[in-house]
Amino acid sequence: MKTRIAIVDYGMGNLWSVRNALVELGAESELVSQPAALAGFQKIILPGVGAFADAMRLLRDTGMDRALEERHAAGAPILGVCLGMQLMCKRSLEDGQHQGLGWIDAEVKPIAPAPGLKIPHMGWNSVRFTRASPFVAGIADGTDFYFVHGYHVACADPSDVLGTCEYGGTLAAVLERGNLRAAQFHPEKSQRGGLQLLGNFVENV
Amino acid sequence: MLKKRLIAVLILRDGAVVQSVRFKHTNSIHYDPVHAIECFNKWAVDEIVILNVSREAGSRAGFAEVVKRISQKCFVPLSVGGWITDQDYARSLLNAGADKLVVNTLLADDPALMGALARRFGRQCMVASMDVQNGQAVVDRGRRPTGVAPVEWAKRAVGLGAGEIFFNSIDHDGARKGYDLETLRAVCAALDVPVIAFGGVFKWDHMLEGIRAGADAVAAANIFHYTEHATMKAKRHLAEAGVAVRSEGQRA
Repeated sequence: MKTRIAIVDYGMGNLWSVRNALVELGAESELVSQPAALAGFQKIILPGVGAFADAMRLLRDTGMDRALEERHAAGAPILGVCLGMQLMCKRSLEDGQHQGLGWIDAEVKPIAPAPGLKIPHMGWNSVRFTRASPFVAGIADGTDFYFVHGYHVACADPSDVLGTCEYGGTLAAVLERGNLRAAQFHPEKSQRGGLQLLGNFVENV
Repeated sequence: MLKKRLIAVLILRDGAVVQSVRFKHTNSIHYDPVHAIECFNKWAVDEIVILNVSREAGSRAGFAEVVKRISQKCFVPLSVGGWITDQDYARSLLNAGADKLVVNTLLADDPALMGALARRFGRQCMVASMDVQNGQAVVDRGRRPTGVAPVEWAKRAVGLGAGEIFFNSIDHDGARKGYDLETLRAVCAALDVPVIAFGGVFKWDHMLEGIRAGADAVAAANIFHYTEHATMKAKRHLAEAGVAVRSEGQRA
C-alpha cells in the first residue's frame, strides 16, 4: 500500500503549494482538517504561514494539537514547514511569549536586526548540512532554498540541527529529531532541491 | 548568502500572454502560460509574477483559473495581481496556489483593505506594484496619475503593509532602454523592504544596472519569451559580474 500523507489544514498558509508539490512527486496526499482523520495517515506535513500565536490558537481550538500529539507519540513521521517548524518548538517570542507543541527543545526568536539586514529574511539562501541523513540524501551541500521568515529557531540541543543558513548569523534551516523533521524554508517553493527534500520525506524516512 | 533574485513576469490579457510596450498590450504572444512556466522551471528562474492587465473586471474568474493551472507546475514563489479589490478574491487567488498578492490601484482606492490584507495574510504576502511617469506614481493600469512622488508613494505603500515593492516605469516599459535607474535608485535608498526592478530590460546588462541601483531582485517579461534558456543566460551574466545568484537548472 502506498504511503498516505496528511497535510494539516488548520486555516493557516498556502496548503495548495505543498499539495501541488506532492502531486508532482506522485505521492498520495490529502488536506486534513478533521483531527480524528489524522490517525488514518502514515505521515504528516504541518505547513503554515503567518503568526505563531494565531496558528497555535487554531490548532488548540480545533483539537488538532491533541491529534498531532497522539500521532507524534505513536512515532509517525511528521514534517514541519516554515511556521510548522516553529510550532514544533517549546515556545515563541513572536508578539509576546507563546507555548508551542513543545516537541523540540527550542525557542523561536526574532532574527537580530543589523545594518543592511532586511527583515524578514526573504529569498534564496544556501543551506549547509551538518551531517548525512536519508532526509537530505541527494541534495548537494550549499543548495539554495527559498526562505520567508522574521523569526528563527534556536535549538537547545545542537544535534537537532541538520542544516543551517547564514543571515546575520548562523540560523537553523533544517531539523531532525527522531520521527520529527522540519524545514524553515519552503521546500514546495524551492524547485529541484525542495522537491528532492519532500521526496525524501515521502520515500526515505 | 542571500541571493539576488531573477524574476520572470507574465503579462496576461484574457488568459493569453501579451507583450507590454508602454502599457499598451497589443501583441499577443501565442503560447500557453503553463508552457511558459514549465520552461522557466527548467531554466532556474527564482520567482514568477503573473499580472492580469485586462481592462475588464469580468476577467477576474478566468485569471484565477489560469493561476490555478500555473501553480500546479510552479515550484518557485508565485506572485499574482490585477483586479484585487476585495478580500474574497484575494483569498481565492491564494487558494488557487499564489504565494503573494500584487496590488497597485488598491493603494490609492482602498488603503484600508490593503491594511486588512496585510494583517490577514502577512506583509510577506503583499507586493505593492508601483508605476511611475513624469515624476509621480500612476495607478489604474497607467491611466490615473496620483500627484504623489515615487519615493513618497513607495513609503506610503510600506506603511500600509507592503512587504515588497515591484517598481515599474511606464516610459521604460517595453522600451528596451533599461530600467528607470534614477527613480529606482531613489526608491531603493528610501526603503527597508526588498525592491524588484521591472520595465525595460533588453540586454542582460540592464539587469546588472538594476542590481547596482540597489534592487534586491530584477524582473523582465518580453526578453524571456524570445530567448532560449533566457533566465540561465541572464544569471550567467550577473554571476560573471560578481552578483550572487542561485545556480541551478539545465545547462544552456
